[in-house]
Amino acid sequence: MKTLLFALLLCASASPAAPAFAIDKTAVEKLAFGDADERSASIAALLAEGDPHAAALLEAVSEGDMQSAGKRILIVKGGQGIDAVTGEAVAPLPEGREDVVANNRLRREIEGALAAFKLLSPERPTRLAAAKALAGGADAAMLPLVKKALEKETDSDIKLLLELTAASMEMHSGDKETRLAAIQRLGESNSPNSRTLLAQAAADADDDIRLAAQKSLREVQGKLAWGERAGLLFAGISLGSILLLTALGLAITYGLMGVINMAHGELIMIGAYATYVVQILFRKTNFFEWYLLLAVPVSFIVAAAVGMLLERVVIRWLYGRPLETLLATWGISLMLIQSVRTVFGAANVQVENPAFMSGGIHAFAGVVLPWSRLVIIAFAIAVLISMWLLLTKTRLGLFVRGVTQNRAMASCVGVPTGLVDMWAFGLGSGIAGLAGCALSQIGNVGPDLGQGYIVDSFMVVVFGGVGQLAGTVYAALTLGFANKFLEEVSGAVIAKIMVLVFIIIFIQRRPQGLFAVKGRAVEA
Amino acid sequence: MTTSVATVNESGVFGHLATEGLDATHGVVLYLEDISVSFDGFKALNKLTLSIDVGELRCVIGPNGAGKTTMMDVITGKTRPDQGSAFFGQSIDLARLSEAQIAHAGIGRKFQKPTIFEHHSVFENLELAMKADKRVRKTLFSVLSSSEKDSIAETMKKIRLDDSSDRIAGLLSHGQKQWLEIGMLLMQEPRLLLLDEPVAGMSEEETERTGELFLSLAGKHSLVVVEHDMAFIGKIARKVTVLHEGSVLAEGSMSKVQNDPKVIEVYLGR
Amino acid sequence: MSVVFGRIYTMRDWFFVGLASLTVFVIVPILSLVVSQDSTFHVSQYWVTLIGKIMCYAIVAIAMDLVWGYTGILSLGHGLFFALGGYAMGMYLMRQIGREGQYQSDLPDFMVFLDWKELPWQWWYTDQFWWALLLVVLVPGLLALVFGFFAFRSRVKGVYFSIITQALTFAAMLLFFRNATGFGGNNGFTDFKSILGLPITTPETRMILFTLTGAALIGTLLLGRWIVTSKFGRVLTAIRDAETRVAFCGYNTVYYKLAIFVLSAMICGIAGALYVPQVGIINPSEMSPANSIEIAIWVAVGGRGTLSGAILGAGLVNYAKSFFTQAFPEYWLYALGLIFIFVTLFLPQGVMGLLRKNK
Repeated sequence: MKTLLFALLLCASASPAAPAFAIDKTAVEKLAFGDADERSASIAALLAEGDPHAAALLEAVSEGDMQSAGKRILIVKGGQGIDAVTGEAVAPLPEGREDVVANNRLRREIEGALAAFKLLSPERPTRLAAAKALAGGADAAMLPLVKKALEKETDSDIKLLLELTAASMEMHSGDKETRLAAIQRLGESNSPNSRTLLAQAAADADDDIRLAAQKSLREVQGKLAWGERAGLLFAGISLGSILLLTALGLAITYGLMGVINMAHGELIMIGAYATYVVQILFRKTNFFEWYLLLAVPVSFIVAAAVGMLLERVVIRWLYGRPLETLLATWGISLMLIQSVRTVFGAANVQVENPAFMSGGIHAFAGVVLPWSRLVIIAFAIAVLISMWLLLTKTRLGLFVRGVTQNRAMASCVGVPTGLVDMWAFGLGSGIAGLAGCALSQIGNVGPDLGQGYIVDSFMVVVFGGVGQLAGTVYAALTLGFANKFLEEVSGAVIAKIMVLVFIIIFIQRRPQGLFAVKGRAVEA
Repeated sequence: MTTSVATVNESGVFGHLATEGLDATHGVVLYLEDISVSFDGFKALNKLTLSIDVGELRCVIGPNGAGKTTMMDVITGKTRPDQGSAFFGQSIDLARLSEAQIAHAGIGRKFQKPTIFEHHSVFENLELAMKADKRVRKTLFSVLSSSEKDSIAETMKKIRLDDSSDRIAGLLSHGQKQWLEIGMLLMQEPRLLLLDEPVAGMSEEETERTGELFLSLAGKHSLVVVEHDMAFIGKIARKVTVLHEGSVLAEGSMSKVQNDPKVIEVYLGR
Repeated sequence: MSVVFGRIYTMRDWFFVGLASLTVFVIVPILSLVVSQDSTFHVSQYWVTLIGKIMCYAIVAIAMDLVWGYTGILSLGHGLFFALGGYAMGMYLMRQIGREGQYQSDLPDFMVFLDWKELPWQWWYTDQFWWALLLVVLVPGLLALVFGFFAFRSRVKGVYFSIITQALTFAAMLLFFRNATGFGGNNGFTDFKSILGLPITTPETRMILFTLTGAALIGTLLLGRWIVTSKFGRVLTAIRDAETRVAFCGYNTVYYKLAIFVLSAMICGIAGALYVPQVGIINPSEMSPANSIEIAIWVAVGGRGTLSGAILGAGLVNYAKSFFTQAFPEYWLYALGLIFIFVTLFLPQGVMGLLRKNK
């Protein structure tokens, strides 16, 4: 970046005919020789015109490349020098130069100013980022620059942000009319920053300002409260969709087949690593954006294959012995964790989102719905529907339900029970793999990924009622909401503990879960 | 006549409920009235009314799904009736007792599949079933008295297992297991014995012996036998009850029931 | 009395118990403290600590065997009970540090670090040894009592019970990871200085702890034998094999399961209390669900339903663990995983079953 800027300066000086550029000479002198306040003021003055050379100059100051030789101010870098005001190359460099020292305060101010300067960039994302940075709190001195940017701005999102920023800057100006107008405009906004500003103004000494600020503050708070509620609702649905994804596979292997698969979490982890590998392969191609299209089936197939292998080698010998299955599958999970550590290392790996997953929708009142979360919710629904169709509308589904209800009878009418077990277990494992693919998009991927989900996913299945697909869905959503709402009240860890304790108590009151089957068969 | 209502609090007095509390002064040991039970809309029992006299040997028959097993479940407290009342003697309301309390009150049940303690010896099986104080503290320090040993030996003789005292129960033949289970019921000195298909899977000789055993028990105990084996029923039955779709279809002697047109229709089908 | 002795063990087995007592109370102390360090017979501190640790695990294994092997309840909360006992003892040890800590405060260091001004209520009286001992058994016992009562009364059994005990353990671990809970957060307790006024790292103190652990192990074994050979023990096994039948025989199985579950939890608490001063640290990772499942595999390796098998299993697996984690740390999880699979598939009776078959 800095080399680039210096190149810009040099480049301008390359044509000796015309003066390379003209910068306000007094401002530059103030920047170099003035006292602290004059130097600060000069920054805004220099940038007010939106001249890129001025930006390059400021960058040089902050890097410590500015020097003075008598009255002349130079930018010196790597033995080459140019005049800071005219941009002409200076060679040879005069003797007796002194560094123009930039202290931390100045550097920080330059940094903020340069950020504001990006408001004039032709790139929309750059402008948006700059506007967001400024909205987080900006120096009032930047007001002229912001106003200038507002005139030029065409994008409505950015314009809105800038208007708010301008208003918050004007809040600090001495002029009562301006302040009242600013308060009015802030009242129409819905950002937490406006709330803070208005709360300050609501304690102002001036009655008019105080009343206006209080009115605006109420409006903003009302909107923010709705926003927070909506945000919470969305967070609940989002967590619920993740719980659902992680539990759906278990709803088949445990709920339908009755296999206690403690390696379920590790199958999720394998799905996540499969996504990671696909992503690496796509990095070298031009289709990186599309890697998920392949990662979804790959993570399903890899996890399903591992699951089917486990079923054939270990689990099928243990049908009807649930406690032994629990221990054996735990052993499998340990071996899977260690294998992944050996192959990919013990550290977390980075899975990069495709660009369309970053960012989000501004719903309203400051609520942003991240694309990644929205995609996962849609994905969870899609998986749920396909699984439901597979179980109710296909022959495999019919066989699975038949075998799980009456193994002996199914076998008698010619259903290959062994193969059905294998496919059903593969299906459950594959869905775990899909969950892993989804999780890789929103969190860290590491060998211990699955361990964090095993307790949760069992809780969802047990809470919903074993063998009840609808129960699993309700349970996932209920627990998602409960967790998020409690988090608001008591913090994340206590919320999690409370949810676990709630389920433990619930299961003791109602061991069949949310959806119970009544009748003779239950006890057996 | 003293009618003391036997109230038993849920958690407290385990092992204290004495069968002496059973008031069978009217000569009726079990009285079911208007019992209904439904599972998800399916009526397993539909206003069933039935009474068993003291010392009676009653056979209950009926096609599959007639409600025989559910009736047993209601009597032993495994299933709670949706409607109706079940009284043991004059005063013990079965609906208010837990399974263990009902067992203590003097109702013993034999399941279709013999459930015995496979890893215990014959002697230990009978010891565990024996009527005694069954609270935790007492069993922890319990030592068998000589009279208790005698009563175990006596029961072993009754069920013809007196030479297999130390055998692990899991190694017994199917018929022997059935007898052991009956022996375990006898050790509880029950007033009422419920027997669910007691001769299923037995050899002819074993069936014969079982019949003799039941006949010798009647009088001292009341027995309710549910069985599909009509030949066996014919040999032991005095009074037969036919269940159909959750209620009593016919009742009376074997020959009366066999000639009842309703029964014939149910059994031979439409 | 002699009847009871005969009931618990045969003459031959009593001989082995005597031999074990001799080893723990006489031979090892002499070999460790009296025999010179250069001698080949000298037992080093490393071995004293390792065997002491394994004996603690063996006590836990017996406790687990009583509920799982004999009663058929696979509890995944035994790691929690063990850790709770350890924490109770750890609190006393932290108070024993007194002003010798880094901040020279009356409060434990981590509280000074968190800027707390006074002891939270959980810590009241923990400077009293008797109170710490009481907590060691009462806290796991009460938790097991309350949890078990509701679980058993609602007929939560089998895998269901395992899963919800695992959830309980997980919740407790999260709770103990918080600094605000008041037990040192993820660092837990460490840097102990003394116990009952004795400096904790000297060979003599360590030997006292070692023999105490040995006594506890032998005591637990004999108590366990006394229980499983009583009628109470036969009821437990009957519950494992056919619980409904036991209820029909007139036993209230809830109280039987509850009694053995609570006793087992208390034994775990004692083992944890002996463990902490020997290894010198206790932190929430002891509560991780993985630890509880590992306890089950010790029992499975040795042989469910035999108490000596539980001891054997705890010894074998933990010796293998300390061997592997030093020699080939990256292969330990493979080895442990294989043990889990191999034992469940091919050795349902464990090593004891194998020994018995070859007899």
